[in-house]
Amino acid sequence: MMDNKRKIVILTLISLAMTLAFVFWGLGPTNWKFFIQTRLPKVAAIAITGAAIGYSSLLFQTVSNNRILTPSVLGLDSLYMLLQTFVIFTFGSTSRVAVDRNLNFFITVILMVLFSTLLFKLLLQRESGNIMKLLLVGIIMGTLFSSLSSFMQMVIDPNEFMHVQDRMFASFNRVNTDILIVAMVITIGALSLTLKDTALWDVLTLGRDNAINLGVDYDRTIRRMLFTVSLLVSVSTALVGPITFLGMLVVNLAREMLNTFRHRELITGSILLGILFLVGGQLVVERVLNFSTPISVIINFVGGIYFIKLLLKESVG
Amino acid sequence: MIEIRGIEKNYGKLRVLDDVSTTIEKGKITSFIGPNGAGKSTLLSVVSRLVNQDRGQVLIEGRSLTDWDSDELAKKVSILRQSNHMNVRLTIRELVSFGRFPHSKGRLTKEDKDFIDRAIEYMKLEDIQHKYLDQLSGGQRQRAYIAMVISQDTDYILLDEPLNNLDMKHAVEIMRMLKKLVRDLDKTIAIVIHDINFASCYSDRVVAMKDGRLMEEGETDKIINSHSLGQIYDMDFQVTRMNNMNLCVYF
Repeated sequence: MMDNKRKIVILTLISLAMTLAFVFWGLGPTNWKFFIQTRLPKVAAIAITGAAIGYSSLLFQTVSNNRILTPSVLGLDSLYMLLQTFVIFTFGSTSRVAVDRNLNFFITVILMVLFSTLLFKLLLQRESGNIMKLLLVGIIMGTLFSSLSSFMQMVIDPNEFMHVQDRMFASFNRVNTDILIVAMVITIGALSLTLKDTALWDVLTLGRDNAINLGVDYDRTIRRMLFTVSLLVSVSTALVGPITFLGMLVVNLAREMLNTFRHRELITGSILLGILFLVGGQLVVERVLNFSTPISVIINFVGGIYFIKLLLKESVG
Repeated sequence: MIEIRGIEKNYGKLRVLDDVSTTIEKGKITSFIGPNGAGKSTLLSVVSRLVNQDRGQVLIEGRSLTDWDSDELAKKVSILRQSNHMNVRLTIRELVSFGRFPHSKGRLTKEDKDFIDRAIEYMKLEDIQHKYLDQLSGGQRQRAYIAMVISQDTDYILLDEPLNNLDMKHAVEIMRMLKKLVRDLDKTIAIVIHDINFASCYSDRVVAMKDGRLMEEGETDKIINSHSLGQIYDMDFQVTRMNNMNLCVYF
């Protein structure tokens, strides 16, 4: 058995190699300037998304004490789709809110964070630790948002629908540098502000009662974690589109590989795996499939197969 | 000393605790007895801040529960509940190490490791300390959880049916170990227990509850008699004296 430090080092090397391959593969003396310019922002966006998704999914699974949930059950993905559909439906695809990526990014992030904060405030303040109710309400809200957006998509002009459809899938092809820096600052800020709590999260895996018994301020910790999750999910979704399914995949793979309860190791593993999957997926999309498929199709395909495997394994064990 | 004053707790319309006042005296083993649904476990949960009461207050060494810092309280009072379902795979040693969290905040010092070793030794788990919890029998798992509470090293230890899943040998071992904790280390122990004879033989005080109310409390000898027990449990008891112990026959 390899120890976990070794595994993490190997994982780091593989993701680094993959990233370098992505940046430098096919560069020649004539085209390098152009390719570097398009590929570097993509790599940065991938790193941010990988980190945000891996981190938030792990935190969310610790909060909900469940290994097959992702933050998407909070309804944030559906809210994103609703906002995008609503903007194109009411203002049109040529309006400033739809075209100006900066404006769109900020409005989306602010509304998503606002929505989830409101949800937590309303549900967690009254009853301590009733996470299940929060998840249920999240799922119901998510369904409501999806229904509203599909309604608008039905009645929308077909040409406009093309623009909506474009945003239904995550993509790294339209990342804009200004937003990238903002997203990077928020993601790194959230990570560095919360990383000191990893020991608390380890205790949370023992369940609410044991955590309180060991002196963890349960309600406060949970609120902090959920807020971090919603912030990171909002930023990464507004940056590249709905992609939370990736979280389920990487967190569980990290758990399987590292076989530990320690969040410090699991976080590193999840983030590295997230980057690995996204860079690998993007390589396949660009160099093998010639941009004919969005990356989320590949990730959902791989993730779906893994999910079924997970369910079969759980039902046997 | 823990003082419990006029605690009331409702779940919806159901009143599970109704104006319960009692004390858990320092340096003694106090047994909480009573039929199922009497509110014993809920009371312990209120005392250990796992459940918030609707009315009344709990004073721990004269200070109200709400005035205690959660961190400080975790070094003063510990609780072990009946069901401890976990989603992670842990070894016994890892579980016991969690007991040091209030002291070490996740960074174990040499002193913490000594406490962990001692707790494992106390519960006779040395040989299997690196086994995973899901590989253990019910009794071994229960002992591992108790070892975690011991390594937490609090003055007050609250145990909610710690004898569940244990055979007679291990149940007796645990009760003896609790007596030793009280005698050697001056701990205070409150325990919810269903086996009346264990309560009779090992506890200093007994608190009897029924339907969310306090029925009787006092020295063990004063409660363990056929009249009192008959009222608490609604059945006939015969109490006989054997080897200096009061034993109940109710079969």
